[in-house]
Amino acid sequence: MEKILLLNFVNNQSSDEKLLCEAVAAASNLASELGCIWEIGLVGQSVQNAANWVSMAGAAKIYGVEGDDYASSRYSSDLFAAEAIAKKANATLILAMGITRARRILPALSMRLQGRADTHITAIQAVEGKVQLSRWFYRQRMEAAFSRSQRPWVIGLEPGSFQGKAFQAGTAVVELLTLELPDLLKRTQVLGTKSPAGTTQTIRPDAKLLFVAGAGWTKKQSDGQTHVKEAERLILEFLDKTQSSLGSTKSLVDQSGEGNEVLGFMTHLNQVGQTGSTPRHPKGLATCCHGEEPHVVGWRFINERRAINTDPNCGWARGKADVLYVADAFSVMGKVNELLSR
Amino acid sequence: MSNGYHIVVCGSLVPDPLQTLEPVTTPNGPSLKNEMMLPAALDPWAGHALYEAANLAKQNTETKVWLVSLGAKPKLQQLMMSIAQKAAFGFVPVDGSASGFLSAYDCATALSNAIKSIPGLDMQRLLLFGGWESASRGAGITLQLVGETLGITDQFMGVDSIQPNSDGSFTVLERVEGAMHQESLCAGAPAVLGWATGNLPEPVNNPQVGMINMRTIMPALQKAAKANISLDGVEYASVNLPKQLRDTRVVKDMPVEEIAQEIVNWIKQ
Repeated sequence: MEKILLLNFVNNQSSDEKLLCEAVAAASNLASELGCIWEIGLVGQSVQNAANWVSMAGAAKIYGVEGDDYASSRYSSDLFAAEAIAKKANATLILAMGITRARRILPALSMRLQGRADTHITAIQAVEGKVQLSRWFYRQRMEAAFSRSQRPWVIGLEPGSFQGKAFQAGTAVVELLTLELPDLLKRTQVLGTKSPAGTTQTIRPDAKLLFVAGAGWTKKQSDGQTHVKEAERLILEFLDKTQSSLGSTKSLVDQSGEGNEVLGFMTHLNQVGQTGSTPRHPKGLATCCHGEEPHVVGWRFINERRAINTDPNCGWARGKADVLYVADAFSVMGKVNELLSR
Repeated sequence: MSNGYHIVVCGSLVPDPLQTLEPVTTPNGPSLKNEMMLPAALDPWAGHALYEAANLAKQNTETKVWLVSLGAKPKLQQLMMSIAQKAAFGFVPVDGSASGFLSAYDCATALSNAIKSIPGLDMQRLLLFGGWESASRGAGITLQLVGETLGITDQFMGVDSIQPNSDGSFTVLERVEGAMHQESLCAGAPAVLGWATGNLPEPVNNPQVGMINMRTIMPALQKAAKANISLDGVEYASVNLPKQLRDTRVVKDMPVEEIAQEIVNWIKQ
């Protein structure tokens, strides 16, 4: 008989509740399919609020590790706390939403428990009583479903892949574990978070639209000149009016390292594709991109896709986008901004 | 810092990103069609790790760099023809499958054993570098497991920057949610750093560096230890390519105003 532990880190951020609801839904659904009990483990500076959110979700027990040592996302202390909870719960399946804080420790956690870990899981279900997971391989180029014999099985869920459930909040009883963090595990001090230097906030994970700018924006235009400042103005104005998120191709981001004129607000964090992110948005609009498979990888989870490109035979757009507008992106985006202003 | 770091970069080969991949079923589990024939490249994020390591070595001549790679020997040899010209490093090959479908745990064991066998490697000065995920398995597991096996208690993933301080400590920027960086101060080596893209461009080829590297690479390849990388308890139910072909509507000769209006309507839907 399986037993599920849902491990969750409390970051005191606005996204905490949404992610927790998603993770709880995944864990409770799986427990229901397997007919097994499930428990929750929480780690953070203070876990009571998070425990209250999910107190009515059906977990048999809620464990907690809290204190200043566990306030920040630090590998050593996070792993120490997670290991203690996992050993206390003695679960065969340990689920965690794959935010950076969790993803960093899940492999080592599995090793300390003498189990195995799999991450970026996009679906989880019971098939004939066996747990089966799905995830992508080769950077979103193929999808596999698989099961595993080893236990405990540490499973990192891909955020945004599961339908969250809202639960009525209550007052939870948390079994707090008292841990003494050894000095050896305090070698790292988290100083804080910051935006990449000198950049505008252009990445919005919850945006409905992903706007992807390609290298064409910085190339010579029909008048034989580059118009990078104009491109910057058009893109930022569009992002501001639509509150969309900005993605970029590797070639455009790399230009900054090659001494070329660049879009000032573009960083590697904007990059989608092989060495970038694979964001999830309902819609995507690509401009001045030229289509290689690596770029398509970045668009795997964009539902509706449109592209503006001067090349009607662009390999990216043909068969990958729903609509390809063969046009000059400068003109079109200028007009789009004008219409959005009305 | 007086003594410099001992930087071990874990990085293997992956199919060239421009190749179309097709899964096939073999007696040993899923594989890629014509896998041994596919052109290979250094795993992109591991490549960034190597270039960042080489950059640190430039700043401190006592810093040493090794590249530990797991892959089929002939493919590793091909890979080295290009990578050897990018940066100076000692090469530690491990002969085994680099398939993304096989066990990260077996890979980690093989890599850990190879690292432990590096002559002159000082574990107290070790910075274990690699990509935070590979472009094959893409799980972000192997490097952490190697670090855990080596008993390293400080790990950083999605690293974009490391700034060494004079006392041996260093500050690290890691990618976190919302396009932000988390800044941490670590007391010093040993530590694991799984790199994202970093901030450095790909180095230009330097034939002199390549020639120096190749003197040690070829003997190292001949002596490469074998590793048995298995499925390790995983049973694949299916491996499929996504249905990605869309019926693209190509819009030509439409006035800019109409295109803009259509896009605005679509955005507002």
